[in-house]
Amino acid sequence: MVVMKMKFPFEKRVKLAQGLWLLSWCATVAGAFTFSLGCILKTELRRRAEVMDNSDVHVVPNTLMIVGLASLGINYFASKVCQDALDAGRFPRWKKMLKPYFAVSCFFTVLMLLAVIMSYAMKGSLESSLKVGLRNGIRFYKDTDTPGRCFQKQNIDRLQMEFQCCGNTDFKDWFEFQWISNRYLDFSSKEVKDRIKSNVDGRYLVDGVPFSCCNPSSPRPCIQSQLTNDSAHYNYEYQTEELNIYLRGCREALVNYYMGLMNTIGAGVLSVFLLQASVLVSLRFLQTAMEAVEGNENTEIETEGYLLEKSVKETVMEYINPVMKFLMLKNQVEEGTPGNPEIPTDVNVKPGLF
Amino acid sequence: MPFMPVKFNLQKRVKLAQGLWMIYWLSVIVGILLFSLGIFFKIELRKRSEMMDNNESHLVPNLLILVGLLACGVNAFGGKVCHDSLDPIKFAKWKPMLKPFLLLCCGFNALLLLTALLCFLMQFAVYLTLAEGLKNSIKFYKDTDTPGRCFMKRTLDLTQIEFRCCGNNNFRDWFEVQWISNRYLDMSNDLVKDRVLSNVEGKYLMDSVPFSCCNPGSPRPCIQHHLTNNSAHYDYDHRIEELNIWTRGCREALFSYFSSMMTSIGVLIIATIILESVDMAGLKYLTTALETMEDPENPECESDGWLLEKGVKETFGDLLAKLKTLGKTNQVVEGGDSVSIL
Repeated sequence: MVVMKMKFPFEKRVKLAQGLWLLSWCATVAGAFTFSLGCILKTELRRRAEVMDNSDVHVVPNTLMIVGLASLGINYFASKVCQDALDAGRFPRWKKMLKPYFAVSCFFTVLMLLAVIMSYAMKGSLESSLKVGLRNGIRFYKDTDTPGRCFQKQNIDRLQMEFQCCGNTDFKDWFEFQWISNRYLDFSSKEVKDRIKSNVDGRYLVDGVPFSCCNPSSPRPCIQSQLTNDSAHYNYEYQTEELNIYLRGCREALVNYYMGLMNTIGAGVLSVFLLQASVLVSLRFLQTAMEAVEGNENTEIETEGYLLEKSVKETVMEYINPVMKFLMLKNQVEEGTPGNPEIPTDVNVKPGLF
Repeated sequence: MPFMPVKFNLQKRVKLAQGLWMIYWLSVIVGILLFSLGIFFKIELRKRSEMMDNNESHLVPNLLILVGLLACGVNAFGGKVCHDSLDPIKFAKWKPMLKPFLLLCCGFNALLLLTALLCFLMQFAVYLTLAEGLKNSIKFYKDTDTPGRCFMKRTLDLTQIEFRCCGNNNFRDWFEVQWISNRYLDMSNDLVKDRVLSNVEGKYLMDSVPFSCCNPGSPRPCIQHHLTNNSAHYDYDHRIEELNIWTRGCREALFSYFSSMMTSIGVLIIATIILESVDMAGLKYLTTALETMEDPENPECESDGWLLEKGVKETFGDLLAKLKTLGKTNQVVEGGDSVSIL
């Protein structure tokens, strides 16, 4: 049962070959474009690597880069094949390579689609990674003298200023950690001693935030300290004050930024996927149409082209059987001639392995 | 005696035409680059116009845009002429336009030279505008309720954060103005009343700076208030503290930004002038080589090319004479046609 049969007169074959040549060059450029999109995404993720706990989300740009490179090769090969397609003398030398070529290119095309799906699915993983990373960032903000954490303060300050955010979930996260180093606290002062004794861990906690939380759009100079104390500042009400500091949390800001980036990239890669799929389908039609011409004196006859010789299930089994045989998951008994992958295999399963 | 003559055979003429065609298209790309640099410069000036009191001069970017467009047009025309030059039929229709075209190129080169000069000289104007503009910006920092100045605070804060600078000359400029609006000062408080009465103009002055002066690279949380009072903060000496706030002034920061931009644009324009001169010389050689072919029917004959028909001195003498006779249009010219000097 042949899948998607189509008639191809000589004119149509010529048009198909020419159109496919153009399409495959466009797809080659699109493959390079996918690779560069993967590089851009990876660079952006690496820039904020200090506030991310794990690099699980890096699988998306890595896949995009691999798929981009593979697609360059696949489409270059396709353009070479269709250049020779209409010449009956040169086409047969490509015949042997086409079957493994289709298997490999289908695999990479499916991988491209998977990358797009993953870019939407990775949101949860990214968010949890940022939650832990930002929490650690705030915790180690004061450790500017500890090797390995010297630049944590600078990174968090620049992050908060650039993304216009404050804290992890919101600015109250700064109230829970000591973000002023002990080196700058006067331990002989009564106020400092009271604060430290007021909590179990002996930390100097304040209801204040660093300067990087300040919002430049505020009409009044920034209020950073004693935020919850209305009487400490003139004409100030903590509950209704909106513009003074950034109210958004950095986790939300970063997730929005990266999801926006990945959505845009996903849309681009989806169109590249459609282009790639159309190249493969056209090449398959061209191959089957040209195979029927072979051996005939008159190259201008009308032939039939199809997508799959047998039904989908049988074709899939055909490809998987050699792989399974290689992995020795099936014992096959073959009489006479060695296994011809073109005919449907009769599998004699000997009891033993299963 | 022609100035700098060169002998041309067919091969050399063809090579010259092809090379010149490529150089003309390179010049078109350079023209597009100049146009886009002009637009970029104009946008940058617009972005910082609040810091410059809105009276910065847009002469240089406007000239750059004009020059870029002209370069594209002139060089595209030159490329077309080169493309048609080896076909005598097509070339014949361009021949009468070549002399005015070369004069136009000369004028265009003069315009490029003027633009390059302005790029270097206008930097002084930018410096002065910045000094005046930043002084006013700091003065109007607190007026977030005055229409027309609502966003001065935001713009100045963002500028100080982006350019890593504080104040006009340095951070002490903030000590001389009241940058906290009266709306947020408790006038019934004794401290406030003392400060306001302590100076002639009744301004609330402090030795503090806004948060945008803070340096994120400082190892300690930012000290903005009581900057000159060592005892107000633990383990703090204002004379040796370096990383706490930005020590550079915004005038210097903004000026170095604009000055480097204008200098590089000026250097690019000088390179364009050299490229245009090469174009003109090549076109002159090509047209004279095509005109002096002894046998127009035989394309393989030899010909001479030159830059000027007579020597440099004689050409200038002829030019001056022609300029003199321009004034006396009533003079009747006897005999032959007027001598062409180019």
